[in-house]
Amino acid sequence: MSILRLAAWVAWKDLRLELRTRQNFLTTLLFAFIIIVVFNFAFDPGSRAARESAPAILWVAFLFAGILSLANAFAMEREEGCMLGLLLAPVPRGVIFLGKFLANLAFQTAVETLILPIFVVFFNVRFAGGFLPFLLVVLLVNVGFVAVGTLFSAMTMGLRLREVLLPILLFPVIVPVVIAGVKATALLFQAPAAPGWIHWVKLLAGFDLIFVVVCYAVFRFVVEEAA
Amino acid sequence: MSKDGVPVLSLQEVRKHFGDVPVLRGISLDVAPGAFIAVVGPNGAGKTTLFHCIARLMRPSSGTIRFRGEDVSGRDLEFRRAIGYISHQLFLYPELTGRENLRFFARLYGRPDDPAALDETLAGMGLAVAADRPVRTYSRGMKQRLAIARALLHRPELVLLDEPFTGLDQHAAAVLRDLLRRLKGEGRTVLMISHQLEHAAELGDRVLVLVNGRIRANVAGAEAGPGRLPALYLDAVGRHGGAS
Repeated sequence: MSILRLAAWVAWKDLRLELRTRQNFLTTLLFAFIIIVVFNFAFDPGSRAARESAPAILWVAFLFAGILSLANAFAMEREEGCMLGLLLAPVPRGVIFLGKFLANLAFQTAVETLILPIFVVFFNVRFAGGFLPFLLVVLLVNVGFVAVGTLFSAMTMGLRLREVLLPILLFPVIVPVVIAGVKATALLFQAPAAPGWIHWVKLLAGFDLIFVVVCYAVFRFVVEEAA
Repeated sequence: MSKDGVPVLSLQEVRKHFGDVPVLRGISLDVAPGAFIAVVGPNGAGKTTLFHCIARLMRPSSGTIRFRGEDVSGRDLEFRRAIGYISHQLFLYPELTGRENLRFFARLYGRPDDPAALDETLAGMGLAVAADRPVRTYSRGMKQRLAIARALLHRPELVLLDEPFTGLDQHAAAVLRDLLRRLKGEGRTVLMISHQLEHAAELGDRVLVLVNGRIRANVAGAEAGPGRLPALYLDAVGRHGGAS
């Protein structure tokens, strides 16, 4: 069976578990929603300050909510020693990483899909540079963020302070992704749209490629002695 | 040994240390096909670490592990396919149903998606009625039977049991004993860690007493028969010092 099909099974299992409990999803969604609402009260709707801050607020909501869910990405594997069950399976360790990565990516995208319309209404944002380029930026940021987040989530899964440690470890590594995401979004929200966003997209694509490959390769060392 | 004299599993001077702390101090062991080996020893003797090294969940610091005469280093996937691991931890997802758990692990072990075979497996473990209930609603005994079904799905040659009787009531323990006897009857090679000496003496063709990372006694099951094993065990642990 191909690595991708096996990874799809791991992702299927994770998403099915999340659909059953909805614990992570509701917490993450609520957290992102609160961030948007709180920032909305801080700025005058339609003001220049609100317009200029909107891209940063959007990514604060997306990424901080994402960290909440990533911190628990391996929690279900600790129950009943399920991680050992996965590690005993005759599949490359990278399959577990890819499966978790795909599930986390789907989860993050689902939360963002629900939060984005609320953000658009609250901040009166227009996608002057086009909605599809904006979706591309979101997807690329998600890929880099979730890849590194999944790896660090595996590293911290056995720690009591994982919710605290995860952002401390994660953010310094994904700084380029965050900056590129905010910058590209700001350029796409401008009217008229600035053409420079494509350079940030190229940067994001490059980082994604490196991060996904490195995280896939390193994952087995992270879980090697986890047993 | 097999007919050609090659043991199913062979350990040579297997050592494992965590930092400066030695946990396994040179374990050498040959396991013949179809043998049922019981491993007993005090807490901290290195039993679970030994099983984790055998199952390739961790790498030994030194020494060699051979499966059917071939070094397993670098052949992890092939070797893991030949192993079924049952522990007091269940390796089951409580929110998935029994059927979903088996289906998921069957896929990971490369088994074809065969609902009839899964039904048969579940029925064989007495779980047909509960198959579509979340595992969290199962009793401890039912969970343990499902865990055994999960571990045997891919028909492993070598079965590792790490304290399978932990947390079971008398009835569930009796059911598990019957299952293990069935495994033994099928001629599977089994290694079992147990704290209950009576289970080790009853089921084991051989009983190993592991103390402080070393095999201190290796006796035939008959020799370790009812009544004799506790004295043998206490003697081995007493002379060499338990870690508990």
